[in-house]
Amino acid sequence: MNPSAVIYLLTAAAVFGIGLYGLLQSRQILRQLLSINLMGGGIFLLLITLGGGADGRPDPVPQAMVLTGIVIAVSATAFALALLLRWHELSGSTELDADAIADAIADAVADAHDD
Amino acid sequence: MTTEALVGLIFLPLLGACATVLPGRLATRAGVLAGLLPLPWLLVVVTLAVVQDPALFVELGGFAAPLGIRLFADPLAVLMLWMVAIIGGLAAVHAWFDFPPDSPAGQSFWPLWLLLTSAMNALFLSADLFNLYVCLELVTLTAIPLIALAGSKTSVRAAMRYLLLALLASLLYLLGIALLYNATGTLDLYLIRTALTAAPPAAVVTALALISLGLLLKGAVFPLHVWLPQAHASAPGPVSAVLSALVVKTAIYLLYRLWLWSVPAGTLAAEHALMLMALLGAGALLYGGVLALLQERLKLVIAYSTVAQLGYLLLILPMAATAAWPVAWQGGLYQLLSHGLAKAAMFLAAANILHALGSDRLSHLRRLDQRQPLSLFTLAVAGVSLMGLPPSGGFLAKWLLLEAAWRSGQWWLLAVLIAGSLLAAAYIFRILAASLGRDDPTEAQPVAASRSIPVIQDAAALLLALLALGTGFAAAPILQFIEAGAPAAWSTP
Repeated sequence: MNPSAVIYLLTAAAVFGIGLYGLLQSRQILRQLLSINLMGGGIFLLLITLGGGADGRPDPVPQAMVLTGIVIAVSATAFALALLLRWHELSGSTELDADAIADAIADAVADAHDD
Repeated sequence: MTTEALVGLIFLPLLGACATVLPGRLATRAGVLAGLLPLPWLLVVVTLAVVQDPALFVELGGFAAPLGIRLFADPLAVLMLWMVAIIGGLAAVHAWFDFPPDSPAGQSFWPLWLLLTSAMNALFLSADLFNLYVCLELVTLTAIPLIALAGSKTSVRAAMRYLLLALLASLLYLLGIALLYNATGTLDLYLIRTALTAAPPAAVVTALALISLGLLLKGAVFPLHVWLPQAHASAPGPVSAVLSALVVKTAIYLLYRLWLWSVPAGTLAAEHALMLMALLGAGALLYGGVLALLQERLKLVIAYSTVAQLGYLLLILPMAATAAWPVAWQGGLYQLLSHGLAKAAMFLAAANILHALGSDRLSHLRRLDQRQPLSLFTLAVAGVSLMGLPPSGGFLAKWLLLEAAWRSGQWWLLAVLIAGSLLAAAYIFRILAASLGRDDPTEAQPVAASRSIPVIQDAAALLLALLALGTGFAAAPILQFIEAGAPAAWSTP
């Protein structure tokens, strides 16, 4: 591993860590999604760096994995955004837990009056 | 012939899914039938081949690993594939009425359903950790929209929460793979064993921990189960059935593959890791059982019961290092099978009840024996298997597990197993008691009559319950088949 790889590895760890922090700290779904994408970016950077190869010839397997990983990340994000839009339409909220308990009670009351 | 059958299991539902989105009234119908009907026949071919050769590798296109993609079939994989074919097939029959193929609802339902089938088949046939990552993502990204199709606020919230946690789990898994590949130079499930040494570097330990953590999260193993009950309870009926019977088990299946096939015995203090997972399983069994007992809605009772029943699958792990391993393995896989059938039957019956009565609150189930006799009968028969009464498949599974715990001298396991069965009996009897309740004469209104539902929907649920019961009778050939593919027991250090 060449010395500059250390910089990339540290960057990868930092990006992953920032993503993890954002995911755990934020309640906004959109921010959580961005955080998940950041974490993914960190992992992709790690994969590419580790596959760098000692003799300067990169290993193709991690590169293929990163390409596939990017495709999956894009589709997952697209679906998550669509779901978020639907959630916003239904609830008017961009967070998940804000009114969970109130909703549960409303559900139960509506249900009790059903029949 | 075998290669074609294996490839067909993955590609027929995939092509069917493509066909369902073509324009034309018949396209969806044709896609669904072409994608699902041939699967059992292909499976017969695969099963016969696996009986001959319990570790069947097929190199696609003639490209050898590591460059090419290998498919792998053994008795465990075949058992899972049969569960996809039978449970998925009967759930699809049930779904045919709620999501008719030429309706708008059907147009969005069937492509996802076929893709999910294809993804699960591919997952059970993959032999490579990265392919498995792709398959896991496909399963997740097709299962979650199916939950959201229910359209209610509860279901969209449950889908969103499930998605966020599933994406986190996938990333943990991917990070683990990256580290593992760097340390061992291979991602083949069956080659990693040779690359791992008795004292592997810290990177491998971290990698295995990350992969396992991701899988435990996807498998909704206590205490990482928080997303499961709402997601499974708020999905449309057939989707709930497949989620509980198959989708969560993909993660447990991968845990088995990772720890029992890829990790050589005596490394990494793996015994401790297996014991830790068994303790989580015991926690799931007790916690899920108690929570199931406290729920007010039928579908939530069944969903929490899934949390509990998954616990059994992890309890067998520490016995890998004991002489009782073959019995424990048979018991574990029998639990996988009988729980899948019984749980799918219960969710389909619950969907019928919800549809007929407009509610699945336990307090609204009074006089169910007059209003929905077949659904109640299905719940009771499936319940017999869940709590492990003879002569059901669930009884046999729990009997084998008890025997294994007895023989290996794991006394705490005996206590947990018995407590789990008692809790299951309690929450099943609670459902039955609520359903047999009579109208209170002092109350102004008696409960309303129910809407009728297609008899085939009742039949699909009942057939699954009877299959769960029937696995108790036709056990010998299945057990023999399972035993042929049992992973080698770990020699005690």
